[in-house]
Amino acid sequence: MISPPPMAITATGLRKSYGDQVVLDGIDLRVAEGTIFALLGPNGAGKTTAVQILSTLIRAEAGQLEVAGHDLTREPDAVRAAIGVTGQFAAVDNFLTGEENLRLMANLHHLDRAEGKRQAAGLLEQFDLVDAARKPAATYSGGMRRRLDLAMGLVGQPRIIFLDEPTTGLDPRSRRTMWQIIRELVAGGVTIFLTTQYLEEADQLADRIALLDHGKLVAEGTADELKRMVPGGHVSLRFGDPWALDTAARVLDTLSRDDDELLLSVRNDGRVKSLRDLLDRLDANAVEVDELSIHTPDLDDVFLALTGTESER
Amino acid sequence: MSTLRYAVSDSSTMLRRQFLHMLRYPSMSLFIVGIPIVFLLLFVYVFGGTLGNGIGGTGDGRAAYVNYVTPGVVLLTVVGAATATAVSVAMDMTEGIIARFRTMAIFRPSILTGHVIGSMVTTLLGMALVIGVALLIGFRPTANVVEWFAVAGVLTLLVLAVTWLSVALGLAAKGAESASNMPMPLMLLPFLGSGFVPTESMPTWLRWFAEYQPFTPIIETLRGLLMGTPIGDSAWQTVGWCVGGTVVCFFWSRSLFNKRSDR
Repeated sequence: MISPPPMAITATGLRKSYGDQVVLDGIDLRVAEGTIFALLGPNGAGKTTAVQILSTLIRAEAGQLEVAGHDLTREPDAVRAAIGVTGQFAAVDNFLTGEENLRLMANLHHLDRAEGKRQAAGLLEQFDLVDAARKPAATYSGGMRRRLDLAMGLVGQPRIIFLDEPTTGLDPRSRRTMWQIIRELVAGGVTIFLTTQYLEEADQLADRIALLDHGKLVAEGTADELKRMVPGGHVSLRFGDPWALDTAARVLDTLSRDDDELLLSVRNDGRVKSLRDLLDRLDANAVEVDELSIHTPDLDDVFLALTGTESER
Repeated sequence: MSTLRYAVSDSSTMLRRQFLHMLRYPSMSLFIVGIPIVFLLLFVYVFGGTLGNGIGGTGDGRAAYVNYVTPGVVLLTVVGAATATAVSVAMDMTEGIIARFRTMAIFRPSILTGHVIGSMVTTLLGMALVIGVALLIGFRPTANVVEWFAVAGVLTLLVLAVTWLSVALGLAAKGAESASNMPMPLMLLPFLGSGFVPTESMPTWLRWFAEYQPFTPIIETLRGLLMGTPIGDSAWQTVGWCVGGTVVCFFWSRSLFNKRSDR
């Protein structure tokens, strides 16, 4: 028997409000060790607040919260020792060089000199900052600052890493570099809690995605599960002859047909059961299908359907 | 794990960070020392001849005035230092780096103690430099070794109090710009006391303020130690003001710091 994977982060009934504005309205989160979890939502949905609470920066009003097996309110220092945080606005020391920033982190993690130096050198290498290592961070480009910021969060080899909108404001190339780095980190066994307003980013990276809107989780699951939650999915069928196309168009819930290409598009949510029904109906009418492809709606559709707001691209 | 070891190790890490900042951004440190030196030269060479005669010195007015004005000018140093500290605390608070520190398992007060110790060291060095310039242009103190140590002690107490005050102002400020203006009223205190002219020469209402504000007893104590003038109650008032100010500003800073951490 396989035991369920241990949880890196669990939150039950997490609540936070500022004055009478409720920012997080009792949300539940479960993040398994060694996975990427994306908290997806528009600006102001409460994503950053969630990260600030889970990384011990601010206190929750209510909720059972555990990170790395430690209770957040009772053992904040044990949580802090296990996590690395990278903020939305790069939290680097502008007056210090890249190397000094990393050595500062190493000192605050109480690593000995040799180990601090070794980790700093390794991270500069990994994040392509060797040439800029001795320049003040104030002179860095946006992408470089973000990489330094992430590198600083990795000093001391944390098991859980919080990334608050790690690619917001980056150009497409820097974004892809950042994605690659994040994938490598997870391959190394760490858990990543990511917030983003980019659907593509969540789709590309995350094992599980939670959709946050106005302080509430409106959906949670894998990217595919979320896509199946909204209507609008369809199946494309290609036939060998016009008779088959005609017959199929009559017996199925047809959305559109293309007589030249012998293509038929029918309404279907893509579940195994619905697909079986569809094929049974075609069999019953002795219609042969050459090709079949399932089109689930993309996350944009999900986002729009569940939050009622356009996502940012 | 030993909290004390972390306290020492993290505080010295933060202190190193402050010193690196000062090296990278030396204009702030130059500002700390520059202002009092300019005032010293201005008051001694421009106003010194007349003022020296006015305060009842015998012989060369200018030479007498250097001896009179140096303690007040040394105190001006804390104003520049307070500004620098408030600005650097405010800048730290507005940039994300403090948030990062807070998510780490470190000795939290080290974030502030790094600022306080770093700022105290530079301010005291700045004061030593100002006294050095004063000696070069004719300041002739009569203090013996014990009195010099007492001078260092008084200045340290004062700098401690003013540094915690400026940390609090930096934490209370919305940003670096407003932080840089907040300690400015301090600039006036040596003037509205016995720093530049004796309080007896002022109109009654101003004299009342001048005699009861904290800088006057501090200046009188320093002057007594350096030049042998009578000190009287000033010594106790000095210790009272400095220790009291330090305690109040320390708790004020701590509460501001904790409040800003939970927004």
